[in-house]
Amino acid sequence: MQQKDSWLLPEGIEELLPDEATYLEKLRQRMLHLLGCWGYELVVPPMIDFIDSLLTGSGHDLDLQTFKLTDQISGKTLGFRADMTPQVARIDAHQLKRDWPTRLCYVGTVLHTRGDPLEKTRSPMQIGAELYGHAGIESDVEVIRLMLELLGHSGIQNVHLDLGHVGIFRALANQAGLDQSEESALFDILQRKARPELAELIARLNVNKDIKAMLLKLPELNGGREVINKARLLLAKADTQVAQAITDLEATSDQLSAYFPSLTMSFDLAELRGYHYHTGVVFAAFVPTIGREIARGGRYDNIGAVFGRARPATGFSADLKCLALLAKQNNQNQSMQRVFAPHLDCLELRQKVSDLRANGQIVIQQLPGQLGGAKELGCTATLTQDQQTWIIKTLD
Amino acid sequence: MLTIAVSKGRIYEEALPFLEEAGITPTDDPEKSRKLILSTTRDDVQLVIIRATDVPTFVEYGAADMGIAGKDILLEHGAESLYEPLDLGIAKCRLMTAAHKDAPVPKSRLRVATKYVKIAQRYYANLGIQAEIIKLYGSMELAPLVGLADCIVDLVDTGNTLRANNLEPRELIMNISSRLVVNKAAMKMKNQAIAALLEQFELTLAKR
Repeated sequence: MQQKDSWLLPEGIEELLPDEATYLEKLRQRMLHLLGCWGYELVVPPMIDFIDSLLTGSGHDLDLQTFKLTDQISGKTLGFRADMTPQVARIDAHQLKRDWPTRLCYVGTVLHTRGDPLEKTRSPMQIGAELYGHAGIESDVEVIRLMLELLGHSGIQNVHLDLGHVGIFRALANQAGLDQSEESALFDILQRKARPELAELIARLNVNKDIKAMLLKLPELNGGREVINKARLLLAKADTQVAQAITDLEATSDQLSAYFPSLTMSFDLAELRGYHYHTGVVFAAFVPTIGREIARGGRYDNIGAVFGRARPATGFSADLKCLALLAKQNNQNQSMQRVFAPHLDCLELRQKVSDLRANGQIVIQQLPGQLGGAKELGCTATLTQDQQTWIIKTLD
Repeated sequence: MLTIAVSKGRIYEEALPFLEEAGITPTDDPEKSRKLILSTTRDDVQLVIIRATDVPTFVEYGAADMGIAGKDILLEHGAESLYEPLDLGIAKCRLMTAAHKDAPVPKSRLRVATKYVKIAQRYYANLGIQAEIIKLYGSMELAPLVGLADCIVDLVDTGNTLRANNLEPRELIMNISSRLVVNKAAMKMKNQAIAALLEQFELTLAKR
């Protein structure tokens, strides 16, 4: 007996119907092509992997988000990847072992046990690019440019770039000599820019007043270009790493402005997305209609150490399904002409159909006794016989 | 255009002075009008009037750029995906436990009636007490009277409702006031407008 709800999909799991699927696939191909043009080589990491290797490095925060199962062969726990970045880092560190810059890209479905509170899907299609083996801002600028190119290329307009640098908070926390619980309390508050709570916490900390003053200012250090100079002034008494981080951030934004003169940028020095593994510049792309970032990334040096080789690294990723949805709103679907071929036992017709298909035309063969005709099958033209030859006739 | 989400009633009343000093006066009174979107004397600002518990949701998704919500709502909702830069110090009250007068605290599983399920769970877990949380949507005070629960977790303002029902406040969980919350993307993309408004609110706050 047929169950009444056997059509039901699990929460946060979606299927794509022909229109959306075709669009997504075209976008995927275009994006991979562009990534290829920039010299990013495609890798295909496995869908399931040992949990130990999925949760190392940048994967630390993903324990709860990862679906787990037991491997009947090794007896170990396997995880369905919730993020492909650690897998790609492993490929660079353990398999490729190159001494020069390595550029890798990837696309594939990841699963999350609980969707992001804002993004209801539990099965995003992650697309991303990583650049290993270079520690300067030039490589950060390259991946940010690539991210912006990809977004622009897919027709997403009015992209806004947000830049931050986790090195600033890291250096300040270090200078203050905070223990782990203090640092994580501070981290939690800064994520919410909860100034009143920050003031309370800092009053309790046993650190000198210069550092206290600097930590207190962090939630205010966000906005336009002016933030850079404001930060120089307000964080003047910090360790040299902070000054270096501010300089790097400024140089990154200068270079990006040169490439994208009309790009709107904001700076947020208390933005700590991925703080547990990021080490330098972090960035995210926003668009006006969406309350969250649509693509994100940053520098995460030395992640590969657990796989045998510490390498500088920077990269970004996005959910291709989300991008396709946004891009589709901006683009008219230019669907190809579909040609209807009647069911007839005719050698010339068969030859014509083969020729058209070989030229990349869509030809749909009528089946004997089928319901519906050319129109129902979405065809705008049909093959008709004109004297001895078959020609394409556009339908009204 | 900036959209600010506010709930009707006490929070709205007490937030009005803040809004007015920033030049924002609603053109309708939500108590009289049935409109859910109120235009204001500033062309670039509108208010949306929603239930208090919905404020974090609207702001999180960016349906409103900013909002005013009680700390109790934010804690219960889990507001990691919001910025909460200001404590407006309005709609103050206390989140407390309360129980029947002279009622002894049971040794085994404590039954707690509340609408703040997550807060109550966290609170009792921190005390090392195994508690069974019973979710109610209103009239919490009734639960201990009819034997549904041993105690309640609820907001206490004057304490009159508790007294009228033979209950007494026990432990203070935390002091509550309303916070200004901001959508993360709006903070970045509409930074100038939001920063200006924050500054104005801070000025008003400093005068109090």
